[in-house]
Amino acid sequence: MTAAPDHAPTLSGPGLKDRLGQAAPLLLVPVLVVLGYLSIGSTSSWLTLTVSGLAMGMMIFIMASGLTLVFGLMDVINFGHGAFISVGAFVGISVVLALSGWAGAPSLALNLGAIALAVIAAMAVTAVLGWAFERVIVRPVYGAHLKQILVTVGGLIVIEQLIHVIWGPDEIFLTRPESLKGAITFAGAALERYRILAVVFGLALFLAMRLVLRRTKIGLIVRAGVQNGEMVEALGYRLRLVFVGVFVAGSALAGLGGVMWGLYQEVVTAGMGEEMMILVFIVVIIGGLGSVEGAFIGALLVGLLQNYVAFLAPKLALVSNIGLLTLILLWRPQGMMPVVKAK
Amino acid sequence: MSDAILSLRGVKTDIAQYHILQGVDLDVPRGQVTMLLGRNGVGKTTTLRTIMGHWRARAGTIRLDGDDIAQAPTPAIARRGVGYVPENMGIFSDLTVEENMTLAAASGPLERERLEWIFGAFPALRTFWRSEAGNLSGGQKQMLSIARAMAEERKLYLIDEPTKGLAPAIVSTMAGALRDLKRRGASILLVEQNFSVARALGDRAAVMDDGRIVWTGEMAELAGDAALQERLMGLSMETA
Repeated sequence: MTAAPDHAPTLSGPGLKDRLGQAAPLLLVPVLVVLGYLSIGSTSSWLTLTVSGLAMGMMIFIMASGLTLVFGLMDVINFGHGAFISVGAFVGISVVLALSGWAGAPSLALNLGAIALAVIAAMAVTAVLGWAFERVIVRPVYGAHLKQILVTVGGLIVIEQLIHVIWGPDEIFLTRPESLKGAITFAGAALERYRILAVVFGLALFLAMRLVLRRTKIGLIVRAGVQNGEMVEALGYRLRLVFVGVFVAGSALAGLGGVMWGLYQEVVTAGMGEEMMILVFIVVIIGGLGSVEGAFIGALLVGLLQNYVAFLAPKLALVSNIGLLTLILLWRPQGMMPVVKAK
Repeated sequence: MSDAILSLRGVKTDIAQYHILQGVDLDVPRGQVTMLLGRNGVGKTTTLRTIMGHWRARAGTIRLDGDDIAQAPTPAIARRGVGYVPENMGIFSDLTVEENMTLAAASGPLERERLEWIFGAFPALRTFWRSEAGNLSGGQKQMLSIARAMAEERKLYLIDEPTKGLAPAIVSTMAGALRDLKRRGASILLVEQNFSVARALGDRAAVMDDGRIVWTGEMAELAGDAALQERLMGLSMETA
C-alpha cells in the first residue's frame, strides 16, 4: 500500500453566512406564522387560520411530492399529474358514498375504516393509471420538454373527459364522515377535526418519506438519481425502473391528495386536479426542483399565506401565492432547496 | 491481442451531427494499465463513454471478455464488472461520503476489509466519512470518485483524467492508489494528460487522433521516443 503524502486533510466548513443561508428556508415557516400572529392580532383567529393553512399545505405537499421527484429524476414535466388528483378524488369519494353506512355511523372506527378503504382504492387506481400514463404517454417523449408539455396536457384532458364519461358531467357533493365533522375548541379557537387529521397525517407521511429517502438504499438511489442519473446507472442501477416506481408512487400520492382535498372541500369536480396544479407547480418551483423537503416547506408557506391573506385582505388572496413565487425566485432563482439546477 | 479483456473494433460514435469516433480499434490487455493519450478533443472521453454505454456506438463491436456490449445498457455493463470514473467525477454532492460509497457497492454491503484498503489509499475519506461530498475539496472529490470505483471488485476500470487540475500532493496520492490497483492485478484503461503519471503507471499506450487510434505500443517505447511523441501528440513528454 502506498502511503498518502504527508498532508493533513481539512474540510472547509461553511461559514456563518453560508450556514444562515442554508437554514433560511427552514425559518420561513415560523417567521410567517409569527408575522401572521402579529398581523391578525386575535389569538383564536390566528390559531384557526394557522391550522387551516397547515392542513391545506400538507395536502398540497402530498400532491406535489411525487411531481418534484419525477421532475428531478428524469427531467419530465408532467402536466398530467392533475389528472391523478381528480381520479383519486372521484374513486375515493365513490367508495365513501358506497360505504355511506360506515361513513354515517356514529363510530370513529367505522368512519376511519371508510376513509381508509377510500384511500386504498384511490391510491391503487391512480398507481395503475400512473404506470399506464408513464408507459404510453411519457416514455416516448423522454428528453423533449415541449413534447412532454403537449402530450401530458393532452393526457390530462383525455382523463378529465373520461371522468365525465364514468361519473357524469356534474360535480359530486358529499359530507365528511360523522366523526370528522365539526370542530374542537382550543384556546378559544375552533379547530376543525378534519384539518387536524390532515395535519397529523401529512406530517406523518412527510416523515415517512424522509425516512425512506434518507435511510434506505432505494432512497439513496432516488436522491442520487435526482442529482446525476447517468452516474447512478454507471454504478449498475437500472434508473429507468426506479423512475417508473417513483412515477407510480407519485401518482398514488396525487390520488391520496385528491381524496383528502375532496373530503376537505366536500365536493369533487373533474377539473379540480387541473386547478390544484397551479398551487402544486408553485410549490415545486419555490421548493427547488427535485427536493421533497423544499416542496414540504413550500407547501406550508403556500397554505399558510393563502389563509392569512384571505383573512386580512380577501381581494389579495388570489395573487398571494404568485407574489410568494415571485419573491422566492427573486431571492433564490433555483428555488429554496434545489437538488436539480434549472436549465 | 490474445488476452484482451476489452476489444474495440471499428467503433464509430456520433454526437448530434458530429462524427466523433471514426472507427476506433483498441485492445486493453488483462491485468495491465493501458494509457489512452492524445490531444484535447480527439475522442478519448467519448471512447470511455461509448464503452460505458452512455453514448451508443453507431457501428463496430465492443467486446468485454468476448461478449459484445456495444448495445448493452449502462447498468448491465456496470454489473458485468466495469468501474467508471468520469472526467467530471460524478460525485453525488448532497450525499455524504459514506452514502456515496454505500451506493457504489451495488451488489451488497461494503466489505470491511476492502473499505480499510480504500482508507489506506485515501485517508481523507475516513476523516470526512460523514461529511457531505459537496463540501469536499476538488482533490478529495476525485479521491472519492476513484474510491467509489474501488468499492467492489471490478474486471475493468475506465478512468478519465483523474489528476486533472489537482495539486501535486493529491496527484501523488492518486498515482499511489492507481499503482496499488495495478499491483492487485486490475485491468485499467486510463485517460491521462499528466505525462509523468502516464509514464509511471502505463504498461501500454494508445494514442488517438481525429477519432481513431493512430498508434499503440509499449508505454516505455513512447516515453523514450521524443520524436514519436512530437509526431503523435504535438508535444514531447520531456517538455510537458
